Amino acid sequence: MAAVSSVLPAVKAARRRMRTRKAAGWSGFYLMVTIFVVVSLFPFYWILITALKTQPEISAGTTGLFPAHLTWSSFSNILHQATFARSLLNSVIVALSTTILTVIIASLAGYGLARTTIRGKQLIMGFLLVAGFFPVIAMVGPIFITYRSLGLLDNLVGLVIVYFIYTLPLATWFLTGFFGQIPRELEEAAIVDGATRLQALRRVIIPVAVPGIFTVAILGFIFCWNDFLLALMFISSPTKYTAPLAIMNLGQSQYQTYYNLIDAMVVIITLPIALIVLFAQRRIISGLTAGSFR
Amino acid sequence: MTARQEPVLPAGQAEPAPPEGAATATTAVAAARPRRQGSYSLTKQDRRFGYALVAPAVIVLLAITAFPLVYNLWNSFHNADYLFPTTFSDFSGVRNYTSMFSGGQFLPSLYRTLGFTAASVAVEFLIGMALALALSRKFIGRGIVRAAILIPWAVPTVVSGLLWKSMFDPQNGFVNYLLNALHLPLAHTTWLGQTWTAWGAVLIADSWRNTPFIALLLLAGLQVIPRDVYEAAKIDGASAIRTFWRITLPMLKPAIMVALIFRTLSSFLIFDIVYAMTNGGPGDSTQVLAYLNWFAMNGESNYGLGAAISVALMVMSLIIAAIYVTAFRTEQVG
Repeated sequence: MAAVSSVLPAVKAARRRMRTRKAAGWSGFYLMVTIFVVVSLFPFYWILITALKTQPEISAGTTGLFPAHLTWSSFSNILHQATFARSLLNSVIVALSTTILTVIIASLAGYGLARTTIRGKQLIMGFLLVAGFFPVIAMVGPIFITYRSLGLLDNLVGLVIVYFIYTLPLATWFLTGFFGQIPRELEEAAIVDGATRLQALRRVIIPVAVPGIFTVAILGFIFCWNDFLLALMFISSPTKYTAPLAIMNLGQSQYQTYYNLIDAMVVIITLPIALIVLFAQRRIISGLTAGSFR
Repeated sequence: MTARQEPVLPAGQAEPAPPEGAATATTAVAAARPRRQGSYSLTKQDRRFGYALVAPAVIVLLAITAFPLVYNLWNSFHNADYLFPTTFSDFSGVRNYTSMFSGGQFLPSLYRTLGFTAASVAVEFLIGMALALALSRKFIGRGIVRAAILIPWAVPTVVSGLLWKSMFDPQNGFVNYLLNALHLPLAHTTWLGQTWTAWGAVLIADSWRNTPFIALLLLAGLQVIPRDVYEAAKIDGASAIRTFWRITLPMLKPAIMVALIFRTLSSFLIFDIVYAMTNGGPGDSTQVLAYLNWFAMNGESNYGLGAAISVALMVMSLIIAAIYVTAFRTEQVG
């Protein structure tokens, strides 16, 4: 009894030490995580305050973490510039068109690859796999020459077609896996009930596959929204600029860079993507990781 | 013929048993034939349906990826210079390749690109691994942290280049503001105006955008490692560091390979961030291969020269991928 009571304080002390060490471990951990979050997000804050500064303050140089006067003038200025407003619309139109067409083509192909007995499945899957790794810069030259003779240069339709390079391999691969997981009984039941296979696909399989299709659509939209190289190669007139192309061509003259204008555009282009990420984080992550474990 | 009727047909025909006793080889074959034909036409129709479904995707992809790559190889051996339209698409032998080297830009750009690739992949992999290990723990606010690090990845690459160009601006950038506020030296540096600081800025912008991607791939790999392996290690009294080296790292190998191949190839082909931040400058000190390739085509209108550089890029990408695949395979055997 005496021995136990003499041990007790030591045990208590050890426990206390362990607890403090654990707490220290956690606070160190939270410190690290906080640093990651701050590094990720702080640049956006800096961009936002730069966009909200007045032109005189920009010219004078930065002296503080907060602007002296807040003004929306950069935002209204840039949104009233026909080229930028038009470029946002162009980006939305092109990205949405490619996304919708990708969803349709990839759903059909994904179902075909997952559920029919076609030959050359391995070959097609292998092709989808390496197609994602082909350097895009190695394709743009020949496509430029082809587009020039087809009259597809400086044409948003031409852009929609080449954007399939970004979206189609991943989407088809992902949906093939997704359709493969849907139980066969589902469509068999529909077929027994008198549906044709195409009807079964449209009425039974597609509704079940909505989460997968949603994933593919979001990723496809982000990939198209992000493109710069293809737009740079194929689009030349300002009325057909996509948003990334517009942002590179507006806001800087040969002698001066207007950071408040550029940063206002950065904020405007970033906002929709940030919202998509916040609402569809899980889908994006699942699509990206499944897509890369092909 | 609808799909519903089909399974009935061959089954019904195959039902009658072959004539007993006198069943020679030929009658057995004859009896078997209808069944085979029936199931053959079933699979044939299924196949036709399958081909129809797959065709649009395959045709589109062949047209926009495989065809340009083959055409590109052809172009690299032909004149494709819009400044000389009369000789356009004449056979030119290896002249595009010789002018690629004699231009004096290719090898320096190659060395720069390789150096940048090695540095960016190393930095992004190490930080990405730390981030993945952190995110694999369950803690309050994990979802928010994941979203926060995902946003830089989702921002268009040129936009992230412009964002960091603003951050490094001598007058209005955050970097010089911070150095100035802390009374540190270099507060008046023109970061993008000198070779090494420009590279540093590009590296930071690239890492800021792409580290989350590596982290998410590694995180997905970490989450498929079974819990009980760790519990067993804990019971055996393995330290955290030992557990990491002996369990986590080996089991993470496939994810590591995927992440490294992805990042190495896209780092090797870096274009947008360089274009937005430095335009290849100062001088041509940050000119990378993809930039050189783009400039040959869009700047000099010489698509033959561009094709030669593209072929070089393509071959080197294949070599990089092959090195990774063989390296990871031999390690697994040993």
